[in-house]
Amino acid sequence: MSNKTQWQSVCHIDDLVPDSGIAVWTEDGPVAVFYLPNRIPCLFAISHTDPFSGANVLARGITGDLKGQPVVASPLYKQHFNLETGACLEDTSIKVTIYPVLLDGDEVVLEVPIKAHDQAVA
Amino acid sequence: MSKKNLIVVGNGMVGHHFLEQFVDSDAAAGFNVVVFGEEPQLAYDRVHLSEYFTGSTHADLAMGTAQWYADKGIDLHLDEQVTEIDRDNKQVITPKGSYSYDELVLSTGSFPFVPPIQGNDNPHCLVYRTLEDLDQIRASAEGGKVGVVVGGGLLGLEAANALKSLGLEAHVVEFAPRLMPVQLDADGGALLRKKIEDLGVQVHTEKATSAIVEGEDHRLRMNFSDDSHLETDLIVFSAGIRPQDALARSSGLEIGERGGIVINNQCTTSDANIHAIGECALWDQRIFGLVAPGYTMARTLAGALNGDSEAAFTGADMSTKLKLLGVDVGSIGDAHGQTPGARNIQFNDGANGVYRRMVISEDGKKLLGAILVGDNGPYDTLLQYALNSIDLPASPEVLILPESEGGAPTLGPDALPDTASICSCHNVTKGDICGAIDAGCCDLGSVKGETKASTGCGGCAALLKNVVDCELEKRGVEVSKDICEHFPYSRQELFHLVKINGIRTFHQLIHDHGKGHGCDICKPAVASILATVWNEHILATDHVALQDTNDTFMANMQKNGTYSIVPRVPGGEITPDKLIVLGEVAKEYNLYTKITGGQRIDLFGATLSELPEIWEKLIAAGFETGHAYGKSLRTVKSCVGSTWCRYGVQDSVGMAILLEDRYKGLRSPHKLKMAVSGCTRECAEAQSKDIGVIATDKGWNLYVCGNGGMRPRHADLFATDLSDEELIRAIDRVLMFYVRTADRLQRTSVWMENLEGGLDYLKQVVLEDSLGIGEELDAHMQTVIGTYQCEWKTAVEDPEKRKRFREFVNDERKDPVQQWTQERGQRRPVVETA
Ligand SMILES: Cc1cc2nc3c(=O)[nH]c(=O)nc-3n(C[C@H](O)[C@H](O)[C@H](O)COP(=O)(O)OP(=O)(O)OC[C@H]3O[C@@H](n4cnc5c(N)ncnc54)[C@H](O)[C@@H]3O)c2cc1C
Ligand code: HEM
Ligand code: SF4
Ligand code: SF4
Repeated sequence: MSNKTQWQSVCHIDDLVPDSGIAVWTEDGPVAVFYLPNRIPCLFAISHTDPFSGANVLARGITGDLKGQPVVASPLYKQHFNLETGACLEDTSIKVTIYPVLLDGDEVVLEVPIKAHDQAVA
Repeated sequence: MSKKNLIVVGNGMVGHHFLEQFVDSDAAAGFNVVVFGEEPQLAYDRVHLSEYFTGSTHADLAMGTAQWYADKGIDLHLDEQVTEIDRDNKQVITPKGSYSYDELVLSTGSFPFVPPIQGNDNPHCLVYRTLEDLDQIRASAEGGKVGVVVGGGLLGLEAANALKSLGLEAHVVEFAPRLMPVQLDADGGALLRKKIEDLGVQVHTEKATSAIVEGEDHRLRMNFSDDSHLETDLIVFSAGIRPQDALARSSGLEIGERGGIVINNQCTTSDANIHAIGECALWDQRIFGLVAPGYTMARTLAGALNGDSEAAFTGADMSTKLKLLGVDVGSIGDAHGQTPGARNIQFNDGANGVYRRMVISEDGKKLLGAILVGDNGPYDTLLQYALNSIDLPASPEVLILPESEGGAPTLGPDALPDTASICSCHNVTKGDICGAIDAGCCDLGSVKGETKASTGCGGCAALLKNVVDCELEKRGVEVSKDICEHFPYSRQELFHLVKINGIRTFHQLIHDHGKGHGCDICKPAVASILATVWNEHILATDHVALQDTNDTFMANMQKNGTYSIVPRVPGGEITPDKLIVLGEVAKEYNLYTKITGGQRIDLFGATLSELPEIWEKLIAAGFETGHAYGKSLRTVKSCVGSTWCRYGVQDSVGMAILLEDRYKGLRSPHKLKMAVSGCTRECAEAQSKDIGVIATDKGWNLYVCGNGGMRPRHADLFATDLSDEELIRAIDRVLMFYVRTADRLQRTSVWMENLEGGLDYLKQVVLEDSLGIGEELDAHMQTVIGTYQCEWKTAVEDPEKRKRFREFVNDERKDPVQQWTQERGQRRPVVETA
């Protein structure tokens, strides 16, 4: 396995919903991008897949902060995930993948791993 | 090594208690214990002294036996008063000799204060403190007819009762304008006076005795300063007690300004080897004239002498509850309202002889003190509130109002037996929860962690919280009613903030009244409040991020991330054409269809991006959203009623449709269900609903606050034989009052059970408009109804809102994790087998 990554443009700034999440499809599968305008930095990206149900739903959770940490609550069984670290607050053995995310002009870009087959092509 | 000497002066209640605590301790092994008592008898129960007049003997009242003292090796000297302490030589001196001490304990109690009135040394002027005093009173009463007690306080009234029981005509003379001036206010005193006079004791207030002289018809005559007089055969002085600190004074120990031997938290006086406990001791400028604080001091001292560094006396609660002459009197905490800013709430029912007063803090949140006369019923509850600083209910007066006036609340969960199942997912009973709390869990989170309660479907969350709060409160833990860490308010308080301050967005509310950025608890709660108050579209820009996913996408999320669709079918009445449309749409999108218990049809398995398309088709066929996703009205179930049923007496379907159309879209703290039956056979099961309507010959009977589910509850009959208009007005008000006052996720049944005053109170508010808010509730409901919109219709027509329904904003693909299989002719998700 390679640990090579690439930056991928995933959506336009207007696609973001303030204080909420949207889902994007990336080279690494489904990712949830959250836009919290009252925080610095204001963009967060974590895996869209809820580890407890396997369903792709995390972007549809409610965001907020608990004890100062930015979090999203899974819409299915309500566990909280730290948006900065991916750690689950209720179950320390669980962590979701986090992705570096930036605003490039009006484009939201994510840093995602390059899949093995992509490298072969390249 | 030879033993040291520990001497105890005073063999009263507290001195005896100290011996009980001390003699078996480790430290006691190093001491010879010597006790001096001035009274000829072994320590006895002074609290029940009056029983000496009603048949009890010293033996009955005695606290220990001579045998016990002997067994414990205590050297007991009764009838031997200590007259001096020689601190330099560490000796106490009695008429019989001198005794060395290494540690000295003073438990000399107090003595009755006899006002300096000329003639007070007459042999028929007595006090009420010891068995000997009582013997003298008994002797003096022989041949007498009238007895007077000077002092209308607690003890004075007890003494008056004693005089009465000795067959005397009893009088109480009080200097102050009322009885029990220390504990009671004017109204309480007046009521007590009336009660006591009814019992045949004559009360004279505002009388200052100037002299006691020989009487004409009786032995004595009391002259009062207002030139009136009263003749009597004996006088008992009960004008207060004074700490018995004579020994301490003469030996130069530190004494308080108004008497009392000064002690520190370890009950040690200004001399490190001399300790004082009980009524003779002055702690923090205070004397404690009750036995319980004395006992605490005794335990503290026994601990301290054993080297327990934790042992400390830190004050005591002086609340008292007693029966005086058969009249209940209770006094709690700061009964006089001396705390700065304290406010009073009084309830005075002269006719029934009940007086109650609460002293509450300036902010109205805490109970500081209370006075009860005539009925000590609320004493225990009030004491809990005061001792534990429990937050008072919003209208604290209910705590002292009689039940008939909407008072005397019983905390709902309290009524549940220990075997009651709270969480059926994990089979957790109330007993299990109590067990977890007793094992150290002291908040909702840790109870959940320990018992797993409410970690399944979560349906029991509100009940669990109620039980935990209630149990914690019972154990004296202060329970925060705050909705979450972002707002120090309950839902009801937030509701008021929103309404009164005209707040329209979450941001404004958290900015003005909260902190942080919110969470999945407060955001949906506030969204629901905003929806109730302003009724804007839930996907309006300001609200969209507040909603639970079900509200955001206006459909219920299923376990695989797909959604269900439940169009409204008011009253369960549907045309064949509409049925066909449902079937066609379901077929087109391969949706699983099922008839719900709410008389409508649920279509499962729609993906996010399919939702608007499907709804577009349904709306075109005349369907509306069914709000199955919202905390709002679900369905109004109905039976077929008088139009077809041969028993029906009213058109139950018509009424159900009317109600469903009226209340659809009303956002509420929890889901609402209703039903209408066309006759008393009740085929629609209306009595299991939040609002149940059953037809009668004359109109409609209204039932409220029922529910099915884990803890089924029959609805209560609220009003009978209502006309259509009356029915609707009553439902309007019940619902609006619920929406405004219930907690987050509190169903109507729990709400009503927790409502102080319960059903009767609700009836008064709704049917009699006791709060005068009837018209306001009506108007509010009218606004909600007037601003109704089908959320799905608005959403599908708005391209911006539709954008939210893209599965992936940058990719058309369907969610790849959803996997399907066929069962009984329909598609369903693949279930992982655990
Ligand atoms: C009629 C009555 C009703 C009461 N009802 C209540 C009630 O309902 N609830 C409540 O909490 N409290 C009540 N009390 C108060 C309660 O009895 C006292 O708080 C308690 O007795 C105090 O205990 P003590 O050991 O400090 O004092 P005491 O019990 O008075 O004991 C002190 C002892 O020390 C002896 N003594 C004093 N000086 C010397 C000396 N120099 N040498 C030797 N011995 C000495 C005294 O003779 C006395 O026997 C009541 C009191 C009375 C009189
Ligand atoms: C507190 C625990 C409960 C939970 C978590 C719960 C959950 C749900 C959910 C998620 C749905 C919607 C299904 C869907 O459309 O996706 C639903 C529907 C329904 N539930 Fe419950 N429910 C609870 C209690 C009850 C109770 C106590 C009853 C009846 C006594 C009940 C009766 C119904 C009915 C009749 C429907 C269909 C409603 C409709 O037609 O819209 N539920 N429930
Ligand atoms: S629909 Fe059935 S499985 Fe789901 S919560 Fe209700 S009772 Fe439980
Ligand atoms: S409740 Fe009465 S009217 Fe309605 S279906 Fe049953 S029998 Fe008929």
